[in-house]
Amino acid sequence: MGIEGVGARVARKEDKRFITGGGRYVDDMAVPGMKHAVFVRSPHAHAEIKKIDVKKAQAMPGVIGVLTGKELKADGIGNLICGWMIHSKDGSPMKMGAWSPLAVDKVRYVGDAVVIVVADTKGQARDAAEAVEITYKELKAVVDATKAIQPGAPQIHAESDNNLIFDWEIGDAKATDAAIKAAAHVTRMKIVNNRLVPNAMEPRAALGHYDKAEDHYTCWTTSQNPHVARLVMSAFYNVAPENKLRVIAPDVGGGFGSKIYIYPEEIVCLWASKKTGVPVKWVADRTESFLSDAHGRDHVSTVEMAFDRDNRIIGLKVDTIANLGAYMSLFSSCVPTYLYATLLSGQYDIPAIHANVRTVYTNTAPVDAYRGAGRPEATYLLERTMETAARELGVSPAELRRRNFIKSFPHQTPVIMNYDAGDYNASLDAAMKAADYAGFTKRRADAGKQGKLRGIGMSCYIEACGIAPSAAVGSLGAGVGLWESAEVRVNAVGTIEVLTGSHSHGQGHETTFAQLVNQRLGVPIDSVSIVHGDTDKVQMGMGTYGSRSGAVGMSAVSKALDKVEAKAKKIAAHLLEADEGDIVIENGEVKVAGTDKSLPWFQVALAAYTAHNLPAGMEPGLKETAFYDPANFTFPAGCYICEVEIDPETGVTEIVQFVAADDFGNIINPMIVEGQVHGGIAQGVGQALLEGAHYDGGGQLLTASYMDYTMPRAGDLPSFKVSTSNTPCPSNPLGIKGCGEAGAIGSPPAVINAITDALGIVDIAMPASPSTVWSAIRAKKH
Amino acid sequence: MSDVSLTVNGKRVSGSAEDRTLLVHFLREHLGLTGTHVGCDTSQCGACVVHVDGRAVKSCSMLAIQASGSTVVTIEGLANGADLHPVQAAFKEHHGLQCGFCTPGMIMTATDMIARHPEGLDEPTVRAELEGNICRCTGYHNIVKAILAASETMSKGAKGKAKQAA
Amino acid sequence: MYSVNYHRASSVADAAKQLKTGDAKLLSGGMTLIPAMKTRLAAPSDLVDVSRLKDLQGVKVSGKTVTIGAATTHYDVSADEKLKKACPALAHMASLIGDPAVRHKGTIGGSIANNDPAADYPAALLALGATIVTNKREIAADKFFKGLFETALKDGEIITAVSFTAPAKAAYQKFRNPASRYAIVGVFVAKGKDGVRAAVTGAGEDGVFRSKEVEAALTKSFEAAALDGLKVSAKGLMSDLHASADYRANLISVMAKRAVAAANA
Repeated sequence: MGIEGVGARVARKEDKRFITGGGRYVDDMAVPGMKHAVFVRSPHAHAEIKKIDVKKAQAMPGVIGVLTGKELKADGIGNLICGWMIHSKDGSPMKMGAWSPLAVDKVRYVGDAVVIVVADTKGQARDAAEAVEITYKELKAVVDATKAIQPGAPQIHAESDNNLIFDWEIGDAKATDAAIKAAAHVTRMKIVNNRLVPNAMEPRAALGHYDKAEDHYTCWTTSQNPHVARLVMSAFYNVAPENKLRVIAPDVGGGFGSKIYIYPEEIVCLWASKKTGVPVKWVADRTESFLSDAHGRDHVSTVEMAFDRDNRIIGLKVDTIANLGAYMSLFSSCVPTYLYATLLSGQYDIPAIHANVRTVYTNTAPVDAYRGAGRPEATYLLERTMETAARELGVSPAELRRRNFIKSFPHQTPVIMNYDAGDYNASLDAAMKAADYAGFTKRRADAGKQGKLRGIGMSCYIEACGIAPSAAVGSLGAGVGLWESAEVRVNAVGTIEVLTGSHSHGQGHETTFAQLVNQRLGVPIDSVSIVHGDTDKVQMGMGTYGSRSGAVGMSAVSKALDKVEAKAKKIAAHLLEADEGDIVIENGEVKVAGTDKSLPWFQVALAAYTAHNLPAGMEPGLKETAFYDPANFTFPAGCYICEVEIDPETGVTEIVQFVAADDFGNIINPMIVEGQVHGGIAQGVGQALLEGAHYDGGGQLLTASYMDYTMPRAGDLPSFKVSTSNTPCPSNPLGIKGCGEAGAIGSPPAVINAITDALGIVDIAMPASPSTVWSAIRAKKH
Repeated sequence: MSDVSLTVNGKRVSGSAEDRTLLVHFLREHLGLTGTHVGCDTSQCGACVVHVDGRAVKSCSMLAIQASGSTVVTIEGLANGADLHPVQAAFKEHHGLQCGFCTPGMIMTATDMIARHPEGLDEPTVRAELEGNICRCTGYHNIVKAILAASETMSKGAKGKAKQAA
Repeated sequence: MYSVNYHRASSVADAAKQLKTGDAKLLSGGMTLIPAMKTRLAAPSDLVDVSRLKDLQGVKVSGKTVTIGAATTHYDVSADEKLKKACPALAHMASLIGDPAVRHKGTIGGSIANNDPAADYPAALLALGATIVTNKREIAADKFFKGLFETALKDGEIITAVSFTAPAKAAYQKFRNPASRYAIVGVFVAKGKDGVRAAVTGAGEDGVFRSKEVEAALTKSFEAAALDGLKVSAKGLMSDLHASADYRANLISVMAKRAVAAANA
């Protein structure tokens, strides 16, 4: 490891602009003639649109256009789609209801976009939006997925009976039932995974600009994957052919999954720009974000975990109902299926698993991937059940887990996944040591003397990152390939641009990707620029989600660097009159191994471009492209331990310590990896203690601002104790597993296991807010 | 419409704006100072924090015309030329930011916090003082670390200056 | 925000005059009014800004009498050295309002004129038996707070100051709503020359109120132990997403106990 190479704790290059106010987010963009848009949204959860009258609004000061879904449809703009086909167990395809970017006949959730108003200022657009007259006929709404699939529930889409989207299964039902029948002990639980709102601090925004002279569109948007946005907007929504549509995702203020999807607003802004002849910018308010960003989680499950006499798990049966909201968002269908049920083996050797998953429409915001996406739901279900089982069986939670850990690799689970590497005992040992687990009994007694209730809980999670290979996901229904691309451009003076299809919205790619180049070519990271987020600059790429940028995106860079290195070596061998096999690249020099013959890196680059003296037949230039399609998922895993102290008088839970011991494989920049873990834990603790989206029975979102939706604040959290161990990933050239989601996956069950331990109860609902904890204490007393 | 006159980052500026224009929008749209952000509607997230007459305030909860006549410092005015302010430097050194969206508000809050606590800061105080600033990326761990480090650096610097003066 | 006309008052008399324009409202710190206007829940035609009037700013302590100008910010109240000696409980209470940036703008006059059922000042002023001074008269706190967002203020009446006699002992304990950080329950207890008063904010369906149960127990003995086993009735308490009436009732007795302990510390 050099001072800037792989493994170095390098301060981030991108920070300079962010700490001086120089970041460029979508709302910071200005185009000459730009005007402002406001969307008129449905105030009803479920209603027919009887009439839309825009006359009054059109006459308001500053108004340029007031446009409806009918006009949008007339111009041939298509419906939004879900990009992952799931078939029910009876073989029928999922029932996808039509989702028009602007609702035409019916609205299906509070926040459904109906009309766009474009005006000189945002204030004028809002004034005019209030003057749009829409006549609705209200219909009965349903927000709870378990109720929505009951006979007689309001029908949300004509395409699906009883609001059932699909009824899917995985694993071996017969073998699992037999295991449960033969078991010495079965632990049974109902597990609810609460609905969350992602809440990236930058609200979603879009700026659509139609250039009439060029017949060309540009869309600046808050996207985690601008190329996919362009592909989908072009191929499915008929906005424009790909060569006529440029999508730019500049600095993006956090995503956490919520900015993967293509939403109605960017499509409508592009269309409205052509329609009105002005560039159209829309920026969501926070309440608008609460209403219309894709939400996360919202599962209700039952689980049966069967043990033999030796406390070994012999079977696991799961039945899950997943709420997908009013429409199927872009990847909504794969979250409760291939990103969830395939992880139900956890870190454990379980011979028989069966999971049944029903997905359901409700009159709520669409639900899609949110940090972890399916894997937090699987981990929560498993690790809560393990904890309960340990208590029922009278063994320590650590012992029960150890007994069931997978210890040899590769390991084929009964639910598709083939784990390639790991050492689960190592993470458990590291976490228990860091938490001084042995000293807990005394700490509990000391807290008791102060009138406080102490509890400790652990969670051993596994996740699958870098979803791949493309052929495999294609066979499972994915509409896209899940490879990544890279182009490494060496300039004539030796400086380098790396063009990547990955997108950084906080992950620090401008630094870590440069560190990889430094490691390979010795070029200082300041001489390496990372270019991303612009379809006109960068070759087709797949974007950033699912902790894939390191494992997949950087592997593509590594592959392109292989090609650059090979060509550079050929040039150097020619110039130095040496054998190509003897050339090595070290510390910015291209050398003949074992001699003092060398060339500085820039001279090799210069030679490639002057082309005065290249090997016979070699093309000039030094620029290579690579597409990398992984051979397998990666499997980060780890152990989290949470210790809480509860004030029984108020129900307040204080996290007195939080320990994370993760195995992410090889690490490029430990500082950045730790930051990812910290942020993930905060979101996981948020889910467990603070956050929850609540709709009332009529479909009004009660938690539609920070006044009612509890965001984790600094005072809610402790400093975290994090550490890593390393079993390198064998399936990618860098040995990276990915670290972006682990914190959010591993922490919720650790927190709830600690709280139920402190209170001596089996279960408590998330978020375990003070009033919920206080009620649980009171219920136990009575 | 009214005339708004301010001193922003040491420069006298004025412009005409609707009375309903918020200070944050005046800074962003009239002055092009887009470092100050808007992250919520309820004055809770703190992405919009600037200093008005030496005190940290939420520029989303104040009209531009209300501030007329005042002195405003934004994130763009914090560094001294190429020299980063110690709080900016500490955020970089300790990885106190990821997506960068909350960062300007965090830094403006932190500089105000440090100024109000010349006696120094500890972790519980920093966490309590961050009540009005929400970050979704960092889990606050490294933000707290950065503020404590900056506070330390600045108090050393202040003592150094005091010594020189004596 | 709807369109609005802004006026900066040159004096209290000028403000009173300007207030007669259209549907004008006073603007002080604006920490509640501006956000309400942003979401279009408030729509005054005109704003009359009194926040810069020097007459309305500052804390005066003379003997046991404390007077605080209506446009004094929460921060200035919390940091006032004279007040910290005369009535540290009130300075402490001010330090718990909102967050630092909100405390830099929000004012005592704005807070009590708005009388948000979860605001802190109403509990303090009620427990301190304070007098609210306006440009027209003086109003006892007991008569001032009339219900949710309602006060005894008449049209055109402007709060200029608040005054009270420093109590022998007092303290405030606040239990925050985890999301909004306003009080779910805030209890201010004070032991003064007229006996013990305990006021509760955040909990009552009709806004701030004095807790007879707590006052009765503390009149017997101003000790935390006097509240042991005290059952506060949930009748008339708010129930919402964050706290049931029962939970609020429990918190009233817990916060009262902690406040007394702090007052005696």
